[in-house]
Amino acid sequence: MDGFARRFARNKGAVVGLAVLLAVLAVAAFGPLVYPDSPWDMAGAPFRPPFGEHLLGTDTLGRDVAAGIVHGARVSLLIGFVATIVAVSVGVLVGAVAGYFGGRVDDALMRLTEFFQTIPSFVFAVVLVAIFTPGIGSIVVAIAVVSWPAVARLVRGEFLTLRTREFVQASVVLGRSSLHIIFVEILPNAVSPIIVSGSLMVATAILVESSLSFLGLGDPNMMSWGYMIGASRSVVRVAWWTSFFPGLAILLTVLALNLVGEGLADALNPRLSREGR
Amino acid sequence: MERLEFIAQRLVKGVVVLLGIVVLNFLLIRLAPGDPATVMAGEAGAGDEVFLQQLRAQFGLDQPLVDQLWAYVRNIVTLDFGFSYRQQRPVVDLLAERLPPTLLLTGTAFLLSLVVGVALGVAAARVVGRWSDSLITVLALFFYATPLFWVGLMGVLLFSVTLGWLPAFGMFTVGVPLAGWALALDVGEHLVLPALTLALFHMAVYARMTRASMLEVRDQDFVRTARAKGIAEGEILRRHVLRNAILPVVTIAGVKAGYLIGGSIVVETVFAWPGIGRLAYEAVLQRDYNVLLGVFLLSSAMVIAVNLATDVVYSLVDPRIELGA
Repeated sequence: MDGFARRFARNKGAVVGLAVLLAVLAVAAFGPLVYPDSPWDMAGAPFRPPFGEHLLGTDTLGRDVAAGIVHGARVSLLIGFVATIVAVSVGVLVGAVAGYFGGRVDDALMRLTEFFQTIPSFVFAVVLVAIFTPGIGSIVVAIAVVSWPAVARLVRGEFLTLRTREFVQASVVLGRSSLHIIFVEILPNAVSPIIVSGSLMVATAILVESSLSFLGLGDPNMMSWGYMIGASRSVVRVAWWTSFFPGLAILLTVLALNLVGEGLADALNPRLSREGR
Repeated sequence: MERLEFIAQRLVKGVVVLLGIVVLNFLLIRLAPGDPATVMAGEAGAGDEVFLQQLRAQFGLDQPLVDQLWAYVRNIVTLDFGFSYRQQRPVVDLLAERLPPTLLLTGTAFLLSLVVGVALGVAAARVVGRWSDSLITVLALFFYATPLFWVGLMGVLLFSVTLGWLPAFGMFTVGVPLAGWALALDVGEHLVLPALTLALFHMAVYARMTRASMLEVRDQDFVRTARAKGIAEGEILRRHVLRNAILPVVTIAGVKAGYLIGGSIVVETVFAWPGIGRLAYEAVLQRDYNVLLGVFLLSSAMVIAVNLATDVVYSLVDPRIELGA
């Protein structure tokens, strides 16, 4: 564990990313204490510029931009993490079964995976959320539906190589059940690449969520960064701050997650050379 | 002969996937909350009983599910994508009208991202470790993390509102009839911001990939051999390193075509670009599901076509590829 921390810390970008991510998490956790009122309520006159009475100004309806960002942080992180967990679970299950059993099962599952990878993912997500009415549930499902294939392919690859290793063959000889071998013997050995791709998926999920809510497909009861930009894009000429700051929040969060993901990749795969990367 | 067989194989596969998407569309309509006829009619159609009856008859909604699926597939195959109650026009007409602007936008963005991305990646690999390399890497990281719609809006703010260099929305200047070169120039001016916005993300992806790929190829034996033969450094870079390093980038570029089309929904919305992405946004706003599913099917078809083209180009470029695989 000590070596892991040291290897992670060697990647300066990852350390910065972790710091930013922790800051975003802190904002999501404690920010609503500073801004206890609903972010949908009028906090003052509309179109107040930033750094005055309101730290980040107010929007067309006099809603406090800072309050929106603080409450939006919860929604973005929540959707990002939950959607990723769902996608990773489905991907691991499909990939593990395909890689472990091989043959026809593998063929069928990989055809399915390929099918879902061919579909333009964002268009599919838009269609899913629009048809199943926008809400946190449909957004999570839509993001998970378009993100699991990448995990499935990754896990299948890992399983294909691990399947032939001696410790797995030993378990087979010992008469262990497939379930035991998949989850207790093989999966723990495939966990590092899953964690790495999972952390990068959270970033993508947040981007997709923000795009969906920008298009008006967000949960109507939850303030989100994408919604804030979508709602104020027509007034960008007169009130740049209403779309600038929420976008900055998305950028910083996604950037931090990507950096942390890369740091994790470095720390978990010490064998990979860092030369020139 | 082998190549023809390979292409035919891919073509069949593409058609199968497309049929799968038609079936998926059908299932989506069935799974949507509410009466499928109402879903297909959109919210506006809900009140019009005659129209709903007509839809039920056309899609055989009172028949068994398999017959319904058959009717649906038959309609789609004969290019009957249904009727947009909202726009009072057949969906297929709307799609045909909106396709060219999207092809122009995504095509330009595709070329732009590939050319500039590869150039940046090569530049970064050449000066690896120096500040310009770090700058390119950091820029790539940033663009990789920035939401498209925000880049677009900030671009409008900077280049249209503050500097006044470029038009902020639309495809043509409103109210000025133009023709010939003047028209092309006008469209070109309108194209710059949306195409750049759409290209930035992938530019970042290709820059990072090219850089990594260049660095990998650079250390291989045949490059050392070339250098030992005394070939000029620029020549080595171009003919030996880049040629090999670019192959994975081209593959990924083909695979990523789907993201470009997805991104065009957001970008066309920001810039009011009259393509199928904007059509999808309007369809979402108006709950016009026939149009939305039409866009979905058309964009899937575009992705399949691009993938097919990539496969073919790749098999021509790289003789090592196994055609049978």
